Amino acid sequence: METITIDAANLHYTPLNIKIRELIRQGKKRIVLNNICGQRFIGNGIRGDDIEIVINGVPGGDLGMFMSGPTLIVHGNCDHAPGNTMDSGKIVIHGSAGDATAHSMRGGEVFVRDDIGYRGGIHMKEYHGKRPVLVVGGKAGSFIGEYMAGGLLIVLGIDRNTPVRGKGIGSGIHGGKIIIRGDVDENLLGIGAKKEPLSGEDMEDLEKYLKEYCRLFEHDFEDLSGSFYTKIIPASSRPFAGKYCWE
Amino acid sequence: MCGIISVIDRLGNSMNGEAIKKALSLMNERGSGEGAGYAVYGAYPDFADYYALHLFYDNLVEPKVAVEELLEKWGKIEHSEEIPTYSKGRMLKKHIPWRYFFKPDTSLFASSESLEEDIIISLITRINTKVNGALVYSSGKNIGVFKASGWPEEVADFYRIQDYEGYLWLAHNRYPTNTSGWWGGAHPFNLLDWSVIHNGEITSYGTNKRYLESFGYKCTMLTDTEVVAYLADLLGRRHELPPEMMVKALAPPFWDEIDEMSGKDRDIYTALRMAYGPAMMNGPFAIVVARPDYIAGFTDRIKLRPMVAAESGDRLYISSEEAAIRTMEPNLENIWMPDAGEPVIGRLRR
Repeated sequence: METITIDAANLHYTPLNIKIRELIRQGKKRIVLNNICGQRFIGNGIRGDDIEIVINGVPGGDLGMFMSGPTLIVHGNCDHAPGNTMDSGKIVIHGSAGDATAHSMRGGEVFVRDDIGYRGGIHMKEYHGKRPVLVVGGKAGSFIGEYMAGGLLIVLGIDRNTPVRGKGIGSGIHGGKIIIRGDVDENLLGIGAKKEPLSGEDMEDLEKYLKEYCRLFEHDFEDLSGSFYTKIIPASSRPFAGKYCWE
Repeated sequence: MCGIISVIDRLGNSMNGEAIKKALSLMNERGSGEGAGYAVYGAYPDFADYYALHLFYDNLVEPKVAVEELLEKWGKIEHSEEIPTYSKGRMLKKHIPWRYFFKPDTSLFASSESLEEDIIISLITRINTKVNGALVYSSGKNIGVFKASGWPEEVADFYRIQDYEGYLWLAHNRYPTNTSGWWGGAHPFNLLDWSVIHNGEITSYGTNKRYLESFGYKCTMLTDTEVVAYLADLLGRRHELPPEMMVKALAPPFWDEIDEMSGKDRDIYTALRMAYGPAMMNGPFAIVVARPDYIAGFTDRIKLRPMVAAESGDRLYISSEEAAIRTMEPNLENIWMPDAGEPVIGRLRR
């Protein structure tokens, strides 16, 4: 497959994104971006299931926002909200990502090899066939899955003391599920969240993404598949009913 | 939303302003072109024993005469000059930046533990509240703040920030939200040794301001960040709290977290919250506070603003974005996202 390489050193994100869109329009399927440093909004709104963009460097915030179909592979850390309101496609991050990773994501997959910041998966949602998935290999900051309305969020805590740094897990969650490797202290759950053992169906769901994580980052599947996992789901579909108004 | 970046060379080696200008400009989206600024420590080695007073004058007649009369009454002006600026494009000299190197005469003032500093603070308060058309915005020894309304590179070029050198830099790109942008409202905020850059808002501003006023501070810059500089001066200088404890007083753990602590920690944090209740800052923030011997970065207790720290050799960096740090130093040894309310401190070792 033909690969087009762009040297993005000192290139602002606007001409960079114009160039990417132009290449996609010309039918190019594989693009490599070198020397990325801080460019925001890379791949925003681009479409096409067969497009692959390799990003070498540290992109700025909102990577792949509104993206529908393509695969973005990042060799470096990401800033805030990669996968923001992403529709479909895949983001693979060989590094860590900042706060609000997968913010309001509505479809597709985000795989992060290492850690994410606070509020990962905030406002994730699902609708009919669209179901977003966020997989974090390392540690997540507090308030993971905050106000989550749908989708699947997996935190593995590989080589970390604890998979989630602080409290407020699933604070305000009213749809979807969070799966965390290891037991989760009841005190760390946010308002509206409860924990449950995994069902057989959950295990199948989980294994599929564990396998993909291990394939992407060359991790040993046996290391993960034998572990104990905790599922966190909404305690009710309307956790704040009656909080702001009295019916 | 704002962009912040700071660096300290822990051995005290100098850096010029070129790299931090580029780093701040990388975060242009975090600002709105209405305020940017730089603080540099080690800026004035030839006048290191004098307080470097930076002022904005609206004109060089009445306010300047009034300020100089006051300064000469209370001490000695060793050197006085307009701060060199280079107007270009929309960067007009809306205020005239001026600097004095000044030493107060301590024999004229009632005695206290920190006589010189108290005289300087009282002079600043008097100028900023009583002299129309004059504003002191930088007052430390060997420290210079350079700020204005504009984009990061515009403000840097206006002052030729690349020509200044120092071992510690702070830089800020402002996106004013609650008050309008103006020169005095740009960051960094400085008082004596302390400088502050801040992304976010201090929703406890009213409580903090009233508390500070009871210690004689006057808020004159029309924006919330000012209280952080005065709180740092009060807790760090006057009350001599070490930086870790100062940060824990300003962004303390929640009571339910304190309840879970063991004996000694619980006692300390309870005492801190009781003693410094009105100094506690609420709202979303990421802040870097600097003093000649350290920088301390911290976020609010639930981390509503981003902060990344990194190290390379003797240099410690704190910023809103990793990429900004990488423009200054591509080869980083260590990079991390500090937890909410946890201070990151870089101390000078020399």
